[in-house]
Amino acid sequence: MLHFLEQAARGRAKTAGKLTVAHVSRRGFMATATAGFALASFAGDAGAFARYKTGGDSMPHGLRYDPHLFVAIDADGTVTLTAHRSEMGTGSRTSLPMILADEMGADWAMVKIIQAPGDEPKYGNQDTDGSRSVRHHIQAMRQMGASVRHMLAQAAADKAGVDVKDVQVGVHEVTAGGNTMGFGDLAEAAMQVPVPEFEALSFKDESEFRYIGKRNIGIYDLHDITTGKAVYGADVKLDGMVYAAVARPPVHAAKPLSYDATETWEVPGVQQVMGLPIADFPAKFAPKGGIAVIASNTDAAIKGRDALEIEWGDSRHSDYNSDAFIAEMKETATQPGNVLRAVGDARAAIDGAAKTFKAQYGGAHMAHAMMEPPVAVADVTDGKATIWAPVQSPFGARGDIAAALNMDIADVEVLVTLLGGGFGRKSKCDFAIEAALLSQKLGKPVKVQWTRVDDIQNSFYHTTSVEELEVGMDENGKWLGFRHNSVAPSILSTFAPDSGHQFFIESGMGHLDNPFQVPNVSIENGKAMAKTRIGWFRVVSNIPRAWAQQTFMSEIAADLGKDELEYMLDVMGEDRVIDIKAENYPDNFWDYGEVYDEYPMDVGRQKKVLRMAAEKAGWGQSLPAGEGIGLASHRCFVTYIAAAARVKVVDGQIRVPQIDVALDCGFVAMPERVESQIQGAAVQGMTAALYSAINFEDGVPQEENYDTYQMVRSDNFPEKVNVHIVPHPFSVHASGAGEPGVAPIAPAIGNAIFHATGKRFRDMPFGDTV
Amino acid sequence: MATLNVNGSTVEVDGPSDTTLLWALRDMVGLTGTKYGCGVGLCGACTVHLNGVATRSCMLTLEDVEGSEITTIEGLSPDGDHPVQTAWRDLHVPQCGFCQSGQIMQAASLLSETPDPSDQEILDGMSGNICRCGCYQRIVAAVRQAATGS
Repeated sequence: MLHFLEQAARGRAKTAGKLTVAHVSRRGFMATATAGFALASFAGDAGAFARYKTGGDSMPHGLRYDPHLFVAIDADGTVTLTAHRSEMGTGSRTSLPMILADEMGADWAMVKIIQAPGDEPKYGNQDTDGSRSVRHHIQAMRQMGASVRHMLAQAAADKAGVDVKDVQVGVHEVTAGGNTMGFGDLAEAAMQVPVPEFEALSFKDESEFRYIGKRNIGIYDLHDITTGKAVYGADVKLDGMVYAAVARPPVHAAKPLSYDATETWEVPGVQQVMGLPIADFPAKFAPKGGIAVIASNTDAAIKGRDALEIEWGDSRHSDYNSDAFIAEMKETATQPGNVLRAVGDARAAIDGAAKTFKAQYGGAHMAHAMMEPPVAVADVTDGKATIWAPVQSPFGARGDIAAALNMDIADVEVLVTLLGGGFGRKSKCDFAIEAALLSQKLGKPVKVQWTRVDDIQNSFYHTTSVEELEVGMDENGKWLGFRHNSVAPSILSTFAPDSGHQFFIESGMGHLDNPFQVPNVSIENGKAMAKTRIGWFRVVSNIPRAWAQQTFMSEIAADLGKDELEYMLDVMGEDRVIDIKAENYPDNFWDYGEVYDEYPMDVGRQKKVLRMAAEKAGWGQSLPAGEGIGLASHRCFVTYIAAAARVKVVDGQIRVPQIDVALDCGFVAMPERVESQIQGAAVQGMTAALYSAINFEDGVPQEENYDTYQMVRSDNFPEKVNVHIVPHPFSVHASGAGEPGVAPIAPAIGNAIFHATGKRFRDMPFGDTV
Repeated sequence: MATLNVNGSTVEVDGPSDTTLLWALRDMVGLTGTKYGCGVGLCGACTVHLNGVATRSCMLTLEDVEGSEITTIEGLSPDGDHPVQTAWRDLHVPQCGFCQSGQIMQAASLLSETPDPSDQEILDGMSGNICRCGCYQRIVAAVRQAATGS
């Protein structure tokens, strides 16, 4: 996300997924293998997998294939693997090393994981975002694992004086010339062996995987998490460290006119009160600024901060009232917007149709509200800066911090702790910059701790939106013309002067791209200027698009008296790979940063997951009064996902006893973590559907904590989320599982409420009662 | 200066009597397993046991807890093998893990008061603890497993 935003902000949007890159060279190892590495222990003449191109190559600093960067073996056999992506709960800190370890032949019990600092020139891209850790890195991890296995085999062959063809690599040991040697015994020699080229490597056959695709290992930090030993951002403590809390402007970019710190100084432990410069957007991740209170502990810093009496001025955002803004967007959406994609003449087709249907679907701002609020520790002393922080993009943060401190990036180090949730918020490193600036000013280590109120009131908010959908149909409900006008402030406004229009990433999240088979299409974008700081939130613009499209289809099916499942399948039309050229997709169409031909839109796969979810949920069964099943499907982050939510209304309260989710995310490395992500996403999706709204009045966010910004809790949550994964071999490219699970939940619940009660919601959130 | 009994040890804390217990534990005692999540008793991330009962440490001061036995996640069991912790690992409950100290302390307290809870008692008993990653399905299953041993 970040990378593409920066490109767009510089006004040179890169064309991703070019049509001309048809069928890039796939080097099937079987066809070219000549090297003698058919190691007998691998039943295999499987050889290699067919390499394919991912968007990982075009990310900043790309991918790395040198095992010396990621693997160290000690003489005692301990294998130390480097995790270079941030762990925020998806499991990538475990899954990527696990893939490498499996291909290498390592015993997982002998593996240690260390976390890489922010250093992309060394480790390749580290921007943990976009559901792409496994998608982009699985091939490199396999290649590095295979490389080390070959290096160990060569070392053993040299030691035993035999040909490497006669060497057997077992689990954490190598047998050569009748001698069995542990990985540790061979470590020193193996690491001197030149790293083989991809073409010289043999790879495990999928039947030989010991961990990949299995369910026999847990996340690396499981024991530490359950015993309180895991280290998150707030758990870092340095000698001589002071603690800071910051009073930030309640209205974005408002300046403090005056302040009185009398009561602050009465709080024992308060040491200093100091200003931070106020920033207005576009300012990327520059801290909002305000007044910082420095103290000897967190409690004193927060109490001292809360005791400040500050008179804030107005800013250009003081007139932001989000209800009125949504009403304005609804008006805008009725007007023709900028046409992003047109096929045929949608207007004429709709106007001339036997039947028409038109509806608007709204969405509110949301805050990520991950359990660990923003926090960072910085030590900027003696010309060096070291920052410990729970950041999703550690190298991006390093650059931003260096710029803010006016220091050379070589003198700045960013060390990544575990993230207590991220969801996109911790891609934005404003909190780490705050800590760095304060430490530089104070000349000593500082921890900046945000409270929950700070988090909810100073977010980079999920955008607010209105989607207007309009269709013209024949007598049978077949779509003849379709118009989709999307109106929402753009994330780009955080990075560049605001045009009021969305940019190619937002347009590529279910707006330009839809699975509908319809001859006349108009995809439009109306203007909406950002009035607060907009950022990305797990699954991003797919939330409003899935909500709109999937509710729309359900509404029309009900209107026509048709079965929801059959109608949704009918509207998607034939099983086909969408020809984006024939469908007039713009040149800068963003297929999640992938090469389109490697990850094309395959409508058959979307229909399949929809059918699967419906079938598993018992679609078509008769249900008691007050209960209903609702359906939704969506393609996002190159994954196909569908949900069938069962709703039961009890005394007017919406309850969701079961959701069946089917997903097709290609090859799955760690199915247990995929299930975990999907189960959790169902909860987050239900929270978004029922509760999540940040409302602005006169520029001030009205929600402060978990009382007014509510979360789904264990007394009313999707109690049974059954996850159905479409199985695939390695050849079906792994896609993503971190974000997609959220997208279909709100429309599936909304559609189920309709079936249960006849009540239809068009605006998110819709509350927990009917 | 206050004297606390934490995880079976006596510790002297150099802070005013109205210091919040959560921050005293984290910043002064150095026990960081107890987490800050909301500061006002809404999320349960800071749950500790006060004389064996799950309590939000963000809502207490040093003065409130003098003479009480405080147990944090670090002191729940010597080797991290309390039945709740074991069940949490068996069922792979955590995602990011940040709320899990509080969830585990809440569950352990629930089971010590109600060793064989009904499904509804589990759902209600855990409802004060928010998990933004949404691990509730496994949390509920793990509490049940810890109660029944299966």
